[in-house]
Amino acid sequence: MRKYVLHRFLQLIPIIIGITFLAFAMMRLAGSDAITEKYTNTGAAVSQEVIDEARAELGLDQPFLVQYVNWLGGLVQGDMGVSYISGRDVFKTFISKLPATLLLTFLSILMTVVISIPLGIVAALHHDRLTDYILRFLSFIGNSLPNFFVGLLLMELLAIRMGWLPVISRGVNLRSAMMPTLTLAIAMSAKYMRQVRATVLEEMNKEYVLGGKARGVRNSVILWKSVLKSSMLTIITLLALSIGSLLGGTAIIESIFMWDGVGKLAVDAITMRDYPLIQAYVVWMAIIYVLVNLATDILYHALDPRIRLGVTEG
Amino acid sequence: MNEPTVRIQKVKKDTVKIRLIIFGALAVALMLCSIFAEHLCPYDPYLQDLSNAKAAPSAAHIFGTDAYGRDMLSRVIIGSRSSIYSTLLLVAVITVIGTAVGVVCGWNGKRIDTVLMRISDVFLAFPGLVFALAVAGVLGGGIQNAIIALVAISWPKYARIARSQTLAQKETPYIKAAKLSGSSTGKILVKHILPNIIGPILVTSMLDIGTMMMELAGLSFLGLGAKPPMAEWGSMMSDARSLLKTVPWVTFAPGLAIFVSVMIFNLLGDTIRDYADPRSRGR
Repeated sequence: MRKYVLHRFLQLIPIIIGITFLAFAMMRLAGSDAITEKYTNTGAAVSQEVIDEARAELGLDQPFLVQYVNWLGGLVQGDMGVSYISGRDVFKTFISKLPATLLLTFLSILMTVVISIPLGIVAALHHDRLTDYILRFLSFIGNSLPNFFVGLLLMELLAIRMGWLPVISRGVNLRSAMMPTLTLAIAMSAKYMRQVRATVLEEMNKEYVLGGKARGVRNSVILWKSVLKSSMLTIITLLALSIGSLLGGTAIIESIFMWDGVGKLAVDAITMRDYPLIQAYVVWMAIIYVLVNLATDILYHALDPRIRLGVTEG
Repeated sequence: MNEPTVRIQKVKKDTVKIRLIIFGALAVALMLCSIFAEHLCPYDPYLQDLSNAKAAPSAAHIFGTDAYGRDMLSRVIIGSRSSIYSTLLLVAVITVIGTAVGVVCGWNGKRIDTVLMRISDVFLAFPGLVFALAVAGVLGGGIQNAIIALVAISWPKYARIARSQTLAQKETPYIKAAKLSGSSTGKILVKHILPNIIGPILVTSMLDIGTMMMELAGLSFLGLGAKPPMAEWGSMMSDARSLLKTVPWVTFAPGLAIFVSVMIFNLLGDTIRDYADPRSRGR
């Protein structure tokens, strides 16, 4: 087991090298850089000398590969450089934004699980009856609503009309987290309720359920002990994928509610061409990718011991 | 016991056809609306009339007017051009590219397959919109660049489907017969493989139209897609959100338009899937 986990962590190295290189190359191909963006945005006319000097200071005048190797060398020593725009330490800036995203991820997944799993099961148990139709209809509506629209609707309803919640977040606290959480949970619940329902229905149609019923096993026992347990595999995979993308920061929701997380940081960094910050974000994504995959595999193994933890598996 | 089940199934089959006609017609209506947008607008969508700014919805302006006095209904209608047309173009491009890559990978196998599939793994694993953001950010704003960004992140799904379907077809006796009788690879791929694998791929693309529309609107909402003054639903919503408190209709009219269009395309997609694969019904 330990060897397996270690092996999976070693995979981080090629992944990080590969995708940071890709990100670096992509940013360079864009033609514009942090200095250009910085001076264009201030609107002041600056002489070419000043621009060149600023570039030289950040090492932007060096060849692309040299820049990349320098950055990688820094990373190995635990130094991610300083932001081109704010001049602050990238690692510290990034870490300071993480709690917000972690809190939002945790809350919205929690709310999604609490809403979608019971409703999905209820819909499956009432297959093709009124309850099922109503729930399916609601999930359909939820699936067709873009999350930024839901966010703005909630803002209008809960903050402006009712005045219950702050319009934009005031710091990272539970009260401010409510609206982004609700927005994310509504969209995800609509999706998961459908999945849970389909998975449970599929399990209920399997022969062991009929066998159980024939032997007089109570319905509730079949449902809780067998059906739900085997349905969990599919549901957990989906949840893991969602956790992965939530940890990456939900750019749109975070910027609507001014939630100070990594998604918003990434959008800002991308528009300002702040390479070191973007690279930090990319490294973070690689770490999430490996961790989420690893956690999913281990959970699979725990839920269904027939699934082996193959070391060679990608 | 058996008879009622049989009857129920029969009734369901009929609703699939009816649904197909209704939702198909609605989708066609949306497309026509986006083609003939200029002729359908009651007012000039770009004409500013400051004396009539921020007017609440009324009989003359069903969706009200925005901060510059532009008629929102007209803006929503003209916005369908960029939103619906771009989405359909996007889905078409993804389908073609993804299918082409998948067929080549499935047919050739070997190294090209390994390389392309590893690349697609990476794309599939990363959260789509973030990647699209990065690509759109690099390319700069503009609806074309937003489309390119979404194509870049969305093709792998189609490549996967096309690849697995091609692999399954490759081993069938009729393909072997075609090979033995000396058909060229190109001819086999286009004339035999493609018609046999295109069904599930098209169903997937129909199901994706709604999602793609939302993602495209999302990119525009973040300012990485269509730029003002071009009327596009996502960017219209984003522009108006600072005025949410005073003129909520300016934000909600395009939002409603996205919602209704996505819903129509989702309903159509679901119906087509049910039609193509009766087992998935009621799922």
